[in-house]
Amino acid sequence: MSALSELGIGKMAIVEALDLPEEVGHHLMHMGFVPEARVIVIRRAPAGDPTVYYIDGFEIALRRETACSIRVRPVEDDH
Amino acid sequence: MSDCCNTATVDIKVEPRAPGKIRTVALVGPPNSGKSTLFNRLTGLRQKVANYPGVTVEQHFGKLNGIGRSDLTLIDLPGIYSLDTYSEDARVAVSVLHGEMPGTPAPDAVLLVLDSLHLRRQLTLAAPILSLGLPTLVLLNMSDLMEIRGGEVDTLALARELGVPVAKISATRGTGLDAIAHFLDRKSETFQPRPAAKLELPVVGNARSYRQWATGISTRTKYKAPISSEWTRKLDRVLLHRIVGPLLFIAVVIGVFQVVFSIGQPLSNAFGDFLNSIGGKVGAYLGHGWFESLLIDGIWKGVASVLVFLPQILLLFLFIGVLEDSGYLARAALIADRVMRAIGLNGKAFIPLLSAYACAVPAIMATRTIENKRDRFATILVAPFMTCSARLPVYLLMIAAFVPNKPLIGEFFGLRAAVMLSLYLMGFLAALGTARLLKSSILKAASAPFILELPQYRLPTVRSLGLRVIDRGKVFLKQAGTIILCVTIALWILSHIPFHADLPDSVIGHVGRWVEPVIHPLGFNWKIGIGLLSSIIAREVIVGTLGTLYGADPETQSLGLQAALRHDLTLGGAMALVVFFAFAMQCTSTLAVVRRETNSWKWPALQFAYMSVLAYTAALAVNQIITHFVH
Repeated sequence: MSALSELGIGKMAIVEALDLPEEVGHHLMHMGFVPEARVIVIRRAPAGDPTVYYIDGFEIALRRETACSIRVRPVEDDH
Repeated sequence: MSDCCNTATVDIKVEPRAPGKIRTVALVGPPNSGKSTLFNRLTGLRQKVANYPGVTVEQHFGKLNGIGRSDLTLIDLPGIYSLDTYSEDARVAVSVLHGEMPGTPAPDAVLLVLDSLHLRRQLTLAAPILSLGLPTLVLLNMSDLMEIRGGEVDTLALARELGVPVAKISATRGTGLDAIAHFLDRKSETFQPRPAAKLELPVVGNARSYRQWATGISTRTKYKAPISSEWTRKLDRVLLHRIVGPLLFIAVVIGVFQVVFSIGQPLSNAFGDFLNSIGGKVGAYLGHGWFESLLIDGIWKGVASVLVFLPQILLLFLFIGVLEDSGYLARAALIADRVMRAIGLNGKAFIPLLSAYACAVPAIMATRTIENKRDRFATILVAPFMTCSARLPVYLLMIAAFVPNKPLIGEFFGLRAAVMLSLYLMGFLAALGTARLLKSSILKAASAPFILELPQYRLPTVRSLGLRVIDRGKVFLKQAGTIILCVTIALWILSHIPFHADLPDSVIGHVGRWVEPVIHPLGFNWKIGIGLLSSIIAREVIVGTLGTLYGADPETQSLGLQAALRHDLTLGGAMALVVFFAFAMQCTSTLAVVRRETNSWKWPALQFAYMSVLAYTAALAVNQIITHFVH
């Protein structure tokens, strides 16, 4: 178990839980960050933060301060 | 003034309800589902924009002319991911759908637009919408693209699962719209609210159960997601590259400014000449008299002084439109986020603040892309500090009159350029400091994170860009126009009472003299005082007013304006004046637009007071320092 912000570029993981206030968490869930969803780290912004994630067909950028509250289970890259 | 300038929300007028008839249709969909394109298709040019009462969310509505149903009103709801009332947008959507929004009739039917390229995720919005029990038609947008990229969906099976009709459309191409006409025809004959209980819908408000429900449905209806476009990834590899990305970003910014100033400025000048010649012709036709003076010198000149900015403003709207519709705006926000965070804002504030260097009006209207309300308000409040093009005539006049053209670094960078540059820098630093101040005090952010969706790159269409520019232009003219009309009439009356008095002897002349003790420490005389009062309409108006005042004064009549100013003002006073203009909120259009975007007079009032105090203090300091330490 690790935080989404710790994953390197190109790594894939499964979302486990969101350690965020309920409102924020719900909003992120509606944008695709639900438990058991697959997330792939696409790239970082030129300045190193935020990071772009691919989830459920969409690319969504999150700052490190948000991504570190999303707990994930890294899986081997099979794509 | 507030009565005649009240920009209250518009009540949508509808025909009285006949039983079983549809009158209003709501257009619902997630962000980036192509909802606005569809709305433009369905309503055409004659759409209306207003603010919902009490909130800062825009309401777009229009008659369904696009499918020949001008008897029906279509309301475009803000793009939402769910009916969770997380954002103001979602709260507005929910209350409109429930028929609880004052001034907006309860919708009789719903058009739900979903992006068929991402149907699995977009379907999650169907659950809460269907549970409302309104007659609903589900529209799978961009179905042409989905099929080209090898995607599949069984619309009949989907209709069975959802219990409502489903149609494939393409809003960009305008295909499949007959299904909407058909749905509305049928529904208006036999309007029967559908019993919601028959459907097995997931637990309301639970993101996870919505997700499972949507996944289940897309699996059962054999939805096959299309292969995602490689284009976007490939482009991003370049446009978001660590080194190339920021360089291209700067190139885009410089390009936009080059065009706004090299094309927009001459256009504005030509437009201004055109407006003045109309005024002159009409004036000559009317002959001399108070009516001609009110109409031409008062109203027309005042309104024209604001209208001259229209070409630049529209050009900026066009650029912001291209950036947004192409998908680059989100990338620009991603690149700029790190820098903007340092001053307590987020990346989405960057492009609006940049636009404010040309004009604060489009900048403030462009802040709608910032979802976080506090960030948005902070951006609105600091935008007028950016050096807009209306300040330039004042800067150029004063610098040419008072600053010697001494070379500092070679021939290219002289003292005049240095003064100009420091004025730009001053505005920027004031914006920066104010943003920090706001974000650590009255607009202290709650824990709302910065979430940025990067849409796929798309080629903007001429049609949607055109509609956007027209729409924004109309909003500007309507909002600023009414208030400017009031202010110009008021200023004309004040400068013409008592009758047949010249400007120095009019009420405004007396006020100018009366405020002289207040502005004397800044090095300003009463003529500057009158100029400051008249420039409340727009900053550059002071140049014309000073021209009139010095032209009417026998002592300075024979001198040019620059020489006349040198005759009357000290260097300290002149520099204090430009610094005053760098900080002061001398722009009625901006105040009008801030009032519209924040939906309250409180914010523009606060902004005006804050900027005036800052301008006064800074001008005072500059005059005192120059008077005591230079020469």
